[in-house]
Amino acid sequence: MKAFWSRFRRHKAAVAGLVVVLLVVAIAIAAPYFYPVSPWKMVQRPFLPPFANPAVPLGTDTLGRNVASGLAYGARVSLLIGTVSTLVALAVGVPIGALAGYFGGVVDDVLMRFTEFFQTVPSFALAIVLVAIFQPSLFSIIIAIAIVGWPPVARLVRGEVMAQRQREYVEAAILAGQSHLTIITRQILPNVVSPIVVLASLMVASAILLESSLSFLGLGDPSIMSWGYMIGAARTVVRQAWWLSVFPGVAILISVLALNLVGEGLAEALDPRSSRDQA
Amino acid sequence: MSEPTVPHEPVLSVANLAIELPAGADRLYAVEHVSFDIHRGETLAIVGESGSGKSMSANAVMGLLPPGTRAAQGTAKLDGIDLLRLDAEAMRAIRGRRIGMIFQEPMTALDPLMRIGDQIAEVFEAHGLLAPAERRARALALLTEVGIPEPERAIHAYPFQLSGGQRQRVVIAMALALDPVLLIADEPTTALDVTTQAQILKLIRELQDKHGTAVMFITHDFGVVADIADRVVVMSKGRVVETGAAADVLGAPQDAYTRQLIAAIPTGRPAAGDGPRKAAGETVLEVRGLTKTYRSAGGFFRPARVVHAVRDVSFDLARGETLGVVGESGSGKSSLGRCLVRLIEPDAGSIRLNGQETMGQSVGEMRIWRRRMQMVFQDPYGSLNPRTRVGRIVAEGPIAAGMPIGAALKKAGDLLALVGLDASAVDRFPHEFSGGQRQRIGIARALALDPEIIIADEAVSALDVSIQAQVLRLLADLKTRLDLALIFITHDLRVAATICDKVAVMRKGEVVEMGPAAQVFGDPQHEYTRRLIAAIPGRAEGDAFGARAAAI
Repeated sequence: MKAFWSRFRRHKAAVAGLVVVLLVVAIAIAAPYFYPVSPWKMVQRPFLPPFANPAVPLGTDTLGRNVASGLAYGARVSLLIGTVSTLVALAVGVPIGALAGYFGGVVDDVLMRFTEFFQTVPSFALAIVLVAIFQPSLFSIIIAIAIVGWPPVARLVRGEVMAQRQREYVEAAILAGQSHLTIITRQILPNVVSPIVVLASLMVASAILLESSLSFLGLGDPSIMSWGYMIGAARTVVRQAWWLSVFPGVAILISVLALNLVGEGLAEALDPRSSRDQA
Repeated sequence: MSEPTVPHEPVLSVANLAIELPAGADRLYAVEHVSFDIHRGETLAIVGESGSGKSMSANAVMGLLPPGTRAAQGTAKLDGIDLLRLDAEAMRAIRGRRIGMIFQEPMTALDPLMRIGDQIAEVFEAHGLLAPAERRARALALLTEVGIPEPERAIHAYPFQLSGGQRQRVVIAMALALDPVLLIADEPTTALDVTTQAQILKLIRELQDKHGTAVMFITHDFGVVADIADRVVVMSKGRVVETGAAADVLGAPQDAYTRQLIAAIPTGRPAAGDGPRKAAGETVLEVRGLTKTYRSAGGFFRPARVVHAVRDVSFDLARGETLGVVGESGSGKSSLGRCLVRLIEPDAGSIRLNGQETMGQSVGEMRIWRRRMQMVFQDPYGSLNPRTRVGRIVAEGPIAAGMPIGAALKKAGDLLALVGLDASAVDRFPHEFSGGQRQRIGIARALALDPEIIIADEAVSALDVSIQAQVLRLLADLKTRLDLALIFITHDLRVAATICDKVAVMRKGEVVEMGPAAQVFGDPQHEYTRRLIAAIPGRAEGDAFGARAAAI
């Protein structure tokens, strides 16, 4: 763990990304303390430009709602949807990929055709259709993002498990009389964790983007304030009130970039080739 | 090979070479105070175990040191020019033209997407020599010279279409294309089968006689040294411990380390003091007509391929007996071992364990009897799960068989002590151990289920010769103490002859000859066995295992 941290620290960009991610998490947690008033509530006159009033530093929107408050509460939604949908996608993708890679043959064929069935549909279109069918809500958005997100996980895990399956330690485990389930969970999966962790950090970023896109199109949960919704609501007044779309846009940009940087840092820090000299 | 008379200047003269390692490595210098000369027409063998710095020294001469290391001291003069002081451009002109190189792995040394002829022609192109048509003609001439069958066809072939030995011949052709004065061969035959190795060694010798090239031959195998070297440099831990004529170093080694290395070579004779073998005990394993065939579906243009991995193999194995299974790569010896423990499901035949038929049983029954037949694997790195603690690795079997975890871990500790490891090993991870120690862990794991039969699949092939000797001693010792039956799969006939009671020689899935070790090696009946034995490096005429063994 110590060696891992020292390797991660070598990538300055990744450390900066981690700092930003932690900052966003802190803002999301602290949102109710800074802004005890609901972000949906009107607090000032509409179209107040930013930096004009210290109480509303980032200005107000078309209905006089506080933009800064919206950003803080939007961070909660983005992070929640990003992490939960990624966890659901992993919960589906890892077992399917592991089974396909471990057993091969017919099992592999069936599971991979099933996976490809989801991959052939453009993921954004599929997400829109799913959310539209199930009524936009926090739950349906998470499920929709997870459904378009799990096939790449299954593919990755399958490939990694197939490579591990060839190793002699798996044969030794079979000879020791371990069951297939024990071999997959205790022997193989611990060796596949690194690429999964890296992929997961990138998936959180893409889930945030996907949620923003859905909200922008008006397919977000109507009762929660999210970054995508803020941009979508402001698109008709871009020329009068630039700040309404720019601040949430910058928030998305920075968070996604930070998560990607962390992902890349993890990939290098967890890479066994860079760990060999430490071993 | 007679010592060549060389009154004139050496081709290559390395003096007081020291290579600095990056900060934080386990020692300051990879090699230090290394000096040797190579003369025209002479073969100098640099011998040592892994980590001795033998390849590093060669890399320094070629100007191919890995990043982070540099030649800190000394000189390496090729015809009076110090190679260590040359810039990259000047070095490039010397590599290929003045110094030829042969690498260990003929597959990775060739570009997989380039035709053989083009690869050889590229050597001339890189140095701006000859017109394209002449390059082609030279490539053809070179392929003919290194003895590739049907060179006109081979010139159009891709590397994957050639066998390992043929690929190594192509690499030799490329190395010799510009008639270099010095040829550096870094373990050129280690990846090859024993019969192919003998051919390649013969080829290098012939070409050297013809062209008068000086050869720097890096190897870990003293048998190869005895076959090819005029002079020998023995290296250990980055230092030269002994230099001298091959016959002197092999026959009367001066340094303690050299003596130890030579003593560790499997002699091909049963260990001294063993006396007459005990009468064989009861039969524990009877194998009859075991067969495994692979069929690959044919396409439109190629017929379906049928590979007989194991073909109608039968043998008996008694308690306390060691059966050696020898053969070249692809002979089916590993498939046989895996069929016995059913990691591969055989197509036909019968495997009786203590008289009980094991074929055609349910998965549950198989799990029970499989405890009595365990395996030690080849790869000391791949066979231990890198994310599992050693104690747990050894204890997995008993835990799966229903033993409480605490008791299983205690047993693991006892077993690790039995194979000569420290008790603290239980809590450590595999990467903290050396190759030989890992192989001991693998043996402890195989013993954890109290088996009656151990199948060792190339269990010592990846180890240095001195470590190999230790692990072989351990296996032999455990075999007598625990009264085990041992099936020892190996490509190394010297090892097989040293520790086996009975030997089965396999070729293309079939056992072509089987009998007591002394009989198979002393009086081989099958033509293939004779060829294998003739190809063992370091073997003198008239004695299957060389005068060297007798001299020790």
